[in-house]
Amino acid sequence: MSTAATTTTTRPAPSPVRPVGPLALALRQGRLELRQFLRSRESVVFTMLFPVVMILIFASIFRGDLGGGVRFTQYFVTGMIATGLMTVGFQSLAIQIPIERDRGVLKRFMGTPMPRWVYFAGKVIMVAVIGVTETVLLLAVAAGLFDLTLPQTADRWLTLGWVSVLGITACTLCGIAFSSLARSGRSASAVATPIALVLQFISGVFFVFTELPTWMQQVAAIFPLKWMCQGLRSVFLPDSFAAQEPAGSFELGRVALVLAAWCVIGLALCLTTFRWTTRRDG
Amino acid sequence: MDDDQLAISVRELRKAYGGRPAVDGIDLSVFRGEVFALLGPNGAGKTTTVEILEGYRRRDAGEVSVLGVDPDRADARWRSRVGIVLQGTGEFDDLTVAEVVHHFAGFYPDPDDPDKVIERVGLADKARARTHTLSGGQKRRLDVALGIIGRPELLFLDEPTTGFDPEARREFWELIRDLAAAGTTIVLTTHYLDEAEALADRVGVIAQGRLVEVATPARLGNREEALATVSWRTPGGSVERVESATPTALVTELAARFGGEVPGLTVTRPTLEDVYLRMIGHR
Repeated sequence: MSTAATTTTTRPAPSPVRPVGPLALALRQGRLELRQFLRSRESVVFTMLFPVVMILIFASIFRGDLGGGVRFTQYFVTGMIATGLMTVGFQSLAIQIPIERDRGVLKRFMGTPMPRWVYFAGKVIMVAVIGVTETVLLLAVAAGLFDLTLPQTADRWLTLGWVSVLGITACTLCGIAFSSLARSGRSASAVATPIALVLQFISGVFFVFTELPTWMQQVAAIFPLKWMCQGLRSVFLPDSFAAQEPAGSFELGRVALVLAAWCVIGLALCLTTFRWTTRRDG
Repeated sequence: MDDDQLAISVRELRKAYGGRPAVDGIDLSVFRGEVFALLGPNGAGKTTTVEILEGYRRRDAGEVSVLGVDPDRADARWRSRVGIVLQGTGEFDDLTVAEVVHHFAGFYPDPDDPDKVIERVGLADKARARTHTLSGGQKRRLDVALGIIGRPELLFLDEPTTGFDPEARREFWELIRDLAAAGTTIVLTTHYLDEAEALADRVGVIAQGRLVEVATPARLGNREEALATVSWRTPGGSVERVESATPTALVTELAARFGGEVPGLTVTRPTLEDVYLRMIGHR
């Protein structure tokens, strides 16, 4: 250690690390987050591969069809896509951020010249990349093994795109906002997991939504997951199925409205309640 | 008040938690290039003071200037001039030492060479190891690497060697001396006397939120001028104890009185520990 002391006085030496601009800073942060995500076996298995595992199970159990020659897979894939996006956006952030806060990672970033938004940019990049990857993986497995019919028109692909983007954005913002609620890293998963699970059950991920009790449908309609599933059903089910929806149509306008509203609510909560330090740090 | 000689200037600093004062009116000046140790027992207010100086906590009252800036208004430029090694470490379990240090280098306008910094903190052979495989001492070195990667003018170290074994502490001290020799101003908190004595140019003793004394380690508590205690056994068998400014004369006189050896003779001055314990109110 002491032998290296001679290097300390070489202040003007050209440094191999170039000062980086805001965009590069965000991309570096995203790469760091992704690297951490992919190296954690738990997050890869339980977040990224979860939707694939679920479709394997569901498509294997429910081999019949919904009527009109439409397979169950066609219905369940919508719920699995939505669940996957919610898991990576909401659950993973609502659990991961409190752990990082507990361990002092946030405090450490705060002590550097890093602009604070870069931390969130890193999370958003991670969520986006994982969200796209798991969705593509899910579609590939469902199409390859269970004869999923992929969307046939540009219109439907477009709907798949905006519903997914709006949905994952709402989930991400809510996940970040939710992260301030958990008292500690350990309690975070105990709080976030049941909420996600209940939403999955009442939002038509595991069951056909219209077969759920009306009051349950009404509760689910408050939260984004139901609207994500509904928007995605318009992509993967024939137009004739719109009549079976609670409103008799896929209500794409309302889907956009509710998801956008959750984005606004999530963002407002993030901006007002986000905590960089633990409560005992005062 | 804060001319170029002062790295830190604090006047009448106060901070209370729930009405209970943690920092109760501290005045403090730290010169540029100095190693300053804040010494005190747990709960004395060391960390609160330092975290106010680092811009992590807001003060209730008082004036604070760190490198000429109020830490409450810390901006990126100020942050790039200040290095912080916190008490609790924020780890990146699944990343390697090199990845973490390189990443943090990217936050600073004029960072040091990450590989050289890793070598300097003694982690060269661990550069490719995931951080969760490091020992406690090695994690602390990584903390220091992240604290100095931006070439700070001022480095804060909050209880840097708590939990170290003696050898690791000595090595760590060497590293701090290297940094100080290169001109970095260092403020460290510690509850180890020997650490303050070994590293600091000046020591501030903090107890119950107040700065009890600031002095060089040798002069702390007027240790140099303190009375020596001479004790010996009287012919009756009891122990006589006398505090004396001129112990040599007293011993000479005793030798004459006993006609040679003085039974049970000891001459002691207060140790740094005695002085410290008295200052923080234990004696």
